[in-house]
Amino acid sequence: MTSEQQYIDLYRECREQICAHSTDVLNAVRDEAFNSFERLGFPSRKVERYKYTTIDKLFEPNYGLNINRLEVPVDPYKAFRCDVPNLSTSLYFIVNDQFRQSLQPKENLPEGIEVTSLAEYAKAHPEFVAQHYARLAKSDEDGITALNTMLAQDGLLVHVKRNVVVDKTVQVINILRSDVAMMVNRRVLIVMEEGANAKFLFCDHAADDQQFLTTQVIEAYVGANASLDLYCMEETHYKNTRISNVYVEQQRDSRFNHNVITLHNGVTRNRLDVQLKGEGAECWCNGCVIADKTQHVDNNTLIDHQVSHCTSHELYKYVLNDKATGAFAGRVLVRHGAQHTVSEEVNQNLCATKTARMYTQPMLEIYADDVKCSHGSTVGQLNDAALFYMRQRGISEKEAKLLLEFAFINEVIDKIQLEPLRDRLHYLVEKRFRGELSKCEGCKLCK
Amino acid sequence: MLEVKNLHATIAGKEILRGINLTINDGEIHAIMGPNGSGKSTLSAVLTGNPLYEVTAGEAWFNGKNILEMKPEDRAHEGLFLSFQYPVEIPGVSMTNFLKAAVNEKRKYQGQPELKAGDFLKLMNEKRKVVELDSKFTRRSVNEGFSGGEKKRNEIFQMAMLEPKLAILDETDSGLDVDAMRIVADGVNKMHTPETSAIVITHYERLLDMIKPDVVHVLYKGRIVKTAGPELAKEIEQRGYDWIKAELEEE
Repeated sequence: MTSEQQYIDLYRECREQICAHSTDVLNAVRDEAFNSFERLGFPSRKVERYKYTTIDKLFEPNYGLNINRLEVPVDPYKAFRCDVPNLSTSLYFIVNDQFRQSLQPKENLPEGIEVTSLAEYAKAHPEFVAQHYARLAKSDEDGITALNTMLAQDGLLVHVKRNVVVDKTVQVINILRSDVAMMVNRRVLIVMEEGANAKFLFCDHAADDQQFLTTQVIEAYVGANASLDLYCMEETHYKNTRISNVYVEQQRDSRFNHNVITLHNGVTRNRLDVQLKGEGAECWCNGCVIADKTQHVDNNTLIDHQVSHCTSHELYKYVLNDKATGAFAGRVLVRHGAQHTVSEEVNQNLCATKTARMYTQPMLEIYADDVKCSHGSTVGQLNDAALFYMRQRGISEKEAKLLLEFAFINEVIDKIQLEPLRDRLHYLVEKRFRGELSKCEGCKLCK
Repeated sequence: MLEVKNLHATIAGKEILRGINLTINDGEIHAIMGPNGSGKSTLSAVLTGNPLYEVTAGEAWFNGKNILEMKPEDRAHEGLFLSFQYPVEIPGVSMTNFLKAAVNEKRKYQGQPELKAGDFLKLMNEKRKVVELDSKFTRRSVNEGFSGGEKKRNEIFQMAMLEPKLAILDETDSGLDVDAMRIVADGVNKMHTPETSAIVITHYERLLDMIKPDVVHVLYKGRIVKTAGPELAKEIEQRGYDWIKAELEEE
């Protein structure tokens, strides 16, 4: 039996239950997604965008699914108490894929922003959700998106209405909680209307020492002149597999600032697709990876310049130790007529050991003739001359290596616009390099 | 202070040092001159433990300790300092963090507690004035984007912070204008005490007018071929090295 078959069988057997515990808008696209999945299966390494990660093996184990939506007994507010005063956020929790209604007073957030359960919101506003759901994330192009769309029952919805500016960062903590090996299919929909402005921090954590497999699909619509900051941090453990597909659509003069940070993981695969659909749109897509032991992190991005006068910036940096493997494939597509595009793409990697492996593939595809584009990547080792210079000043070899690795990765962290988060990450990254973050112990951002 | 006996060293299998003998007493300043490629920089690299070089024979004793068996960082803790001919740029590491690590590791080695943040800043402010560096530069990354003169002044500033017993200045004067050279020389002179020594590697007599050596050596083809008083530097400035080479050939 191929690893696809158990999910095909599962859907055939449990379709009624899956639908019964979800809602019409999500159910409406399920069968179509199932057909796509049956046709596509899991992407093999022959599929260009998946050539650096073997997907089907990851789905082989027999994972449990919470199709009947049993309440997971955990009180996140007790388990994750936030006591960092300067990282003042509006805090929400998602346990596996179940949204927990915030206990915080509503006045934390202004009128005109909704942060709630996707399924609940889809029941109350079916037309609005149907307009956006599964439109950017196309099941017929990606087997993982197809699987997620066919199985997802709930997740997060964010809706920021026209010209609403949310000063306070919205922090969403995804907690994986289970007593058995568990599969979670989480779905996130973010709609920023014209002129809306908000910042989000998603933190992924595993609360149990179980094998977890998460698929996540995020669709984000950034309206004209709107601004979305989306920081995603993963701090899980070596038994964890995370496959995340993020789809973003930007309208005229909008801004999208993204940073995906992998501090600790097992196997991680992040796909990011940004469509620049309106003139004057600008995006910053950054990534920072610290991996050791046998961890694997694969970032795959597509920046699609569809119209003129858009700007994109990409900076991904990896530090790999032990036998870790990293991959970065970034395609920048400048379509016909997308004149005056400005695009820069940089991927820099440090292999601190001889056994660490990095695969890097920056790609520029340009069909317009008046553009300014650059791309480049480097894979290197620590600078011996700098190491000796530091040791001559009395800094031990270990400490010198650490300072150099820290300095290398800081360039990405310094791109984070949220100052408290930036400071907190400097601290976390240093701890990570010192080996003091060996395992997820709850949200380090909050403790 | 330092006693080097019959030191031989190679890089990538090529022999550069072919039997160096050198004795430096407390409080002495020695100048080492010599044509390009004679092994001056190699000597400083080998003494400070650069892993690119391999010692194939000989000994080096520093205040009674066999330094050739020590790690570079421990040699530094024992009081050996090298002012690099080409200071290395380290993007992303601020001068403050760099020096804090260096100073505190030395204190740890000597069994002293770490400096408090306030005391460290005070020390840094006091020492940077020795080489007339302004306060902004301590926030910059180590040597990144520094001009040639700033890099060399930064070396002397680090020397002031670490207070070595023996400082090796490897062509600290090259590429400096007269004013910068004056600042560097004044800095070195201010730090000089009867208990500290220095090796000044240079091509030019001008620096030796400002930092007065007790002894001048000429290094040629990996050996010290001539040793004399400060007047030797003046003679080399006027006559070059050919007469010394000629003398050697006669022998």
